[in-house]
Amino acid sequence: MLTYGGGVSGRDLQARGANCSMHMTKLEMDLLELLQEDCRISLEKLAVMTGSTIEETAEAIDSMEKRHVILRYAPTINWDLTDRERVEAMIEVRVTPQRDMGFDAVAKRIYRFEEVKSVYLMSGSYDLLVLVEAPTLKQLALFVSQKLSTLEMVTGTATSFVLKRYKEEGVIFEDDQTDRRLVVSP
Amino acid sequence: MNYEKYINPTVAAVPPSGIRRFFDLASTMKDAISLGVGEPDFVTPYHIRDAAVNSLLDGGTQYTANRGLPELRREIAWYLEHRFGTPYNPDKEIVVTVGASEAIDVVLRVITGPGDEVLIPDPSYVSYSPSVLFAGGTPVPVKTRVENGFALEADAVRAAITDHTKALILPYPNNPTGGIMKRRELEELAKVVREKQILVISDEIYAELTYGGLQHESFASIPGMWDYTVTINGFSKAFAMTGWRIGYACGPAEIMDMVNKIHQYAILCAPRMSQQAAVEALRTGREKDYEDIRKMRDSYDRRRRLLVGAFREMGLDCFEPLGAFYIFPSIAKTGLSSEAFCSALLQEKHIATVPGTAFGASGEGHIRCSYATGIDKLNLAVKGIKAFLESR
Repeated sequence: MLTYGGGVSGRDLQARGANCSMHMTKLEMDLLELLQEDCRISLEKLAVMTGSTIEETAEAIDSMEKRHVILRYAPTINWDLTDRERVEAMIEVRVTPQRDMGFDAVAKRIYRFEEVKSVYLMSGSYDLLVLVEAPTLKQLALFVSQKLSTLEMVTGTATSFVLKRYKEEGVIFEDDQTDRRLVVSP
Repeated sequence: MNYEKYINPTVAAVPPSGIRRFFDLASTMKDAISLGVGEPDFVTPYHIRDAAVNSLLDGGTQYTANRGLPELRREIAWYLEHRFGTPYNPDKEIVVTVGASEAIDVVLRVITGPGDEVLIPDPSYVSYSPSVLFAGGTPVPVKTRVENGFALEADAVRAAITDHTKALILPYPNNPTGGIMKRRELEELAKVVREKQILVISDEIYAELTYGGLQHESFASIPGMWDYTVTINGFSKAFAMTGWRIGYACGPAEIMDMVNKIHQYAILCAPRMSQQAAVEALRTGREKDYEDIRKMRDSYDRRRRLLVGAFREMGLDCFEPLGAFYIFPSIAKTGLSSEAFCSALLQEKHIATVPGTAFGASGEGHIRCSYATGIDKLNLAVKGIKAFLESR
């Protein structure tokens, strides 16, 4: 199963993206909205809620998986509430693009490290934004100094540590979800 | 002290809302799952809240013009004309009110006097009949039937009209049934209105919430009907703005002058911050082609299908509601009255629903379930109702 960007070149993803948007049906878009909220909804319920048959629903999901529109079904986790210790950082990386390959080759070298969670090509004062995670501060620092900075095409890095997460993938972590409506109203 | 002699007998005679008892009981249960809520489960979109806060911080704390901020009335006029094909002059034909509720009350007071009859589809929203009574008039229920999707039938209206009939309230999409009126049905009704020369108070608060590819048809857009119609709408349902209490009435200037007369003496104006929020809601809606509304409607639609499907699977008859955010299944098969069914369901399973009879005698045999609630809760409620049915 693919994780975000895992093993796929940016160019391919881009091409697939353009390809997908041309072929998305209303059913597919409805399914994506539902699955993005809760990917554990049963096939039967998805079918009822989108007004299609179970076969049509299964086919649409299957097709989106094959086209890599759906990459994986993962929960959004608030790790701060668990015992797991981890350090996260966002690293702004300046690089020298490679002949014929542009930034893709550099990105590929970077995203293959298991410490790297996400890589984005950015406009502005740096080139790549790299999200890195490690169990301890020391390990993360070592990753930057020994693995990332030493890549021949990397010309500079600026590391910022994540102190607290407020919102991720549209989910607010410490939101007051109390329903303030009257229990029964006309 | 005995206050009885001080109380207006008309007010004393109106029974308390049939919803009250369920509210009181459900409020004492910490774990109650409610399908009894008559408002969106969305919070007002952030940009609207932000606009209201900014207006307050900028010192916008004064009265506004009685009829509402000119800017808001212009936005309302644009919205109604482009969205529903009903043009209104923002200077003369629109009054901004404290929720659509105030609009209903004031419009009824403008046209109803002692001895006047007002036709009200049955079942319907709880406040029409009391408002007619408070205005000194006589509410006349017009039965709607499940076989006809709870639409108002022209023949039934014709049969209910007497020499004293002043007006008809037309509340579609309908709370509690979820029924809508299709254009052909409105055209049939228009013939009766023209023939009998009665006014129509069209409460279109759920206009944005129609499903199955059907668009809301506004009664004033039927040829010739603009002159006979007062259109009432508001921001509560389409923009998830219930607590802001902001709505409006639109109609011929001669009627709206009178609406404004009561409104200016009784209320003066709707709160300025709510009006500013409403301006933001309509302006952004216009600029973004009502994207937020579409998303909300899509979300309701999915839950509507889920709940209708679940009730049918339980073996209860459930007509397909194409508007608002309620389903109105029949519980007649259980042999219980609506009231008894809802009471037992609440007491045994802690699931709050509203008996159909709270909305009129024709609601007997039905319960109102709102699907303006998270999918998790809907699923839990369905499970509970299923167990409740199996235990009987």
